[in-house]
Amino acid sequence: MKFVDEFRDPAKARILVSRIEELVPQIPICRRRPLQLMEVCGGHTHSIFKYGIEQMLPEAIELVHGPGCPVCVLPIGRVDDCVALAEQPNVIFTTFGDAMRVPGSRKSLLQAKAEGADIRMVYSPTDALRIARGNPDREVVFFALGFETTMPSTAFTILRAEVEGIDNFSVFCNHITIIPTIKAILDSPELTLDGFLGPGHVSMVIGTGPYEFIARHYRKPLVVSGFEPLDILQSVWMVMMQLAEGRCEVENQYQRVVPEAGNNAALAAVHKVFQLREFFEWRGLGSIDHSGVRLRPTYARFDAERRYGVPNLKIADPKACQCGEVLKGVIKPWQCKVFGTACTPETPLGSLMVSSEGACAAVYNYGPIDLDERLKRRTAARESTEARA
Amino acid sequence: MSAIVHKPAPRARLRSGKVHGPTVTLAHGGGGKAMRDLIDDVFVGPFANPVLAPLEDQARFALSELARGGDRLAFTTDSYVVDPLFFLGGDIGELAVNGTINDLAVCGARPLYLSCAVILEEGFPLDDLRRIAASMQKAAAAAGVLIVTGDTKVVQRHAADKLFVNTSGIGVIPRGVDIAAARARPGDKVLVNGYIGDHGVAILAARDELALDVPIRSDTQPLNGLVESLLKACPDVHCLRDATRGGIATVLNEFAQSADVCVHLEEPAIPVREAVKGVSEILGLDPLYFANEGKLVALIPAARAETALAAMRAHPAGVDAAIIGEIGDRPEGSVIMHTSFGGERIVDMLVGEQLPRIC
Repeated sequence: MKFVDEFRDPAKARILVSRIEELVPQIPICRRRPLQLMEVCGGHTHSIFKYGIEQMLPEAIELVHGPGCPVCVLPIGRVDDCVALAEQPNVIFTTFGDAMRVPGSRKSLLQAKAEGADIRMVYSPTDALRIARGNPDREVVFFALGFETTMPSTAFTILRAEVEGIDNFSVFCNHITIIPTIKAILDSPELTLDGFLGPGHVSMVIGTGPYEFIARHYRKPLVVSGFEPLDILQSVWMVMMQLAEGRCEVENQYQRVVPEAGNNAALAAVHKVFQLREFFEWRGLGSIDHSGVRLRPTYARFDAERRYGVPNLKIADPKACQCGEVLKGVIKPWQCKVFGTACTPETPLGSLMVSSEGACAAVYNYGPIDLDERLKRRTAARESTEARA
Repeated sequence: MSAIVHKPAPRARLRSGKVHGPTVTLAHGGGGKAMRDLIDDVFVGPFANPVLAPLEDQARFALSELARGGDRLAFTTDSYVVDPLFFLGGDIGELAVNGTINDLAVCGARPLYLSCAVILEEGFPLDDLRRIAASMQKAAAAAGVLIVTGDTKVVQRHAADKLFVNTSGIGVIPRGVDIAAARARPGDKVLVNGYIGDHGVAILAARDELALDVPIRSDTQPLNGLVESLLKACPDVHCLRDATRGGIATVLNEFAQSADVCVHLEEPAIPVREAVKGVSEILGLDPLYFANEGKLVALIPAARAETALAAMRAHPAGVDAAIIGEIGDRPEGSVIMHTSFGGERIVDMLVGEQLPRIC
């Protein structure tokens, strides 16, 4: 496929891997312990597992799978709010596909749909607006989710609804913002990260400037990376070059998509429609200041939270669940007490097991191919399911 | 393999009921004249054949004729609820015939007779029903099978989604043919008869919620002819299964688990159309899990693999056939993809439905 296959060329991958191997002895940290690089974005995590990138890298490099999967960090309470909204009479609740399976405290959206709620999968907020246009006697709520990547499309849809005077459309806003979250991870006392692969599509909107503090204040290199396997290998190499040369900078590997200054039109729409919340709850990470946005009062009539008075209850994560430690890179997915036993893609306890971008689901589905380990896990999962039955 | 010859339909027993009005009503399921007229007009007319003709409550056929084709019967059933009913490359009627034929064909059976049961929602357009029945007949004729018995029910509005079809089928397995998932052996080659994922993408595109203009046709086709050619070229086919819901990934996992072997797939060898790859990239889905309606996966002893491949390619239903991998022994029960990029990953069973990713 044009413009895709070029970024999956195995010959170029081998060259990059050998360059990466050459750099290992030049990085002082590697003499003491494995280098820990965090890929922030769930899209990166997905590619890393899908293409088996981790096994191609030398053992001296560990990839830590970061918090950049919006489905994964959605707290249980917000899922309950979605279900409550979807179960309102006369509401058509619209959502992206991969949010359907996230478990709430009572049920997921998929279960609510089976029980009769009118929940429809859409591919973009404009699809939700189209449904509102076509069903003037129903109330259409769009479950707005995601980082800065999906914020502009929600903002433009609200502006569109305003222009067209569509008043049976509202948005349940769960948009979150990546910078405060990276900062929270950097401030975490358990932190051992040495560098970052920065999110590609978020940066397409916000540019590379907002990451400068990571290099300057925290002295960690960050390379904004694309999502194809060669993008990721090249970005790993770029971070390592910085470490080898003793530099800490923000670099942009994904120049074909990410302008340094971001996308002004998108940012303007985002600022027009959204304002920062004082804090927002993240699954596994707890409450993080200024990490979420809500609709400005001017657009209150499009705000499902104001329109319906959602329950907005805080529900604690299941005790056994160690999603937070996995998100911060403190433990690997398979080191979690319930990984592959009580928590599997069929019966996820934590949200990292739900989305294909979640680190746990990625590890569970795609490997690593440790034969005995996999068999052991399968038997344990079966026993756990039987015990529950 | 001796052929079973169907005699031409006798003219004596043809009724000539006619339905009037544009839609199906509850009266058409009431058991009276309206129902008879519907069945005569829409089904009996197009399906006409000597086994159906007596219009008794059951089809009857001579054991001796069946026994000439082999030493075992194969019997299968499947229900079809696809939405939308019509899509690029086919419709629910064609699927219902080909799907059941293929379930018979992949055990090596020669499919002979099908039943056809239809559940209709009241208000269903008669023209659509005629179109679907005609396409069932066309598909049956193309595959050389007869639709010999049937049933029609009409339910109230919202008690069913437009139209559901169930077909059951009977076929005869020739002596000596032994195809089973548990027969997968290390060393076997994995063959597929063409491009995968076309049907899944055609259905996605036909649902208007996905504003994608993809010119991909469903691959619905009968596989009995292809299987016959394949068995002629390579009588010792170890495993054969049609890769419908869940795609080839699911079938290969079933093979791996039934025989405690490992399937090694070579990503560059798997035939996937550019447009199907494109849709998968955009939506974050995997063509290995897309439904097919005319694709089979075969495990063939290595020594016969090239012969089997040539036989498949010589048949119209296998022109784009390819060898996509081979069977190893460890890790048992797993499918491993050797990616074009040079890495490895597990290809597991799908847990639920494939859901598109956010971004």
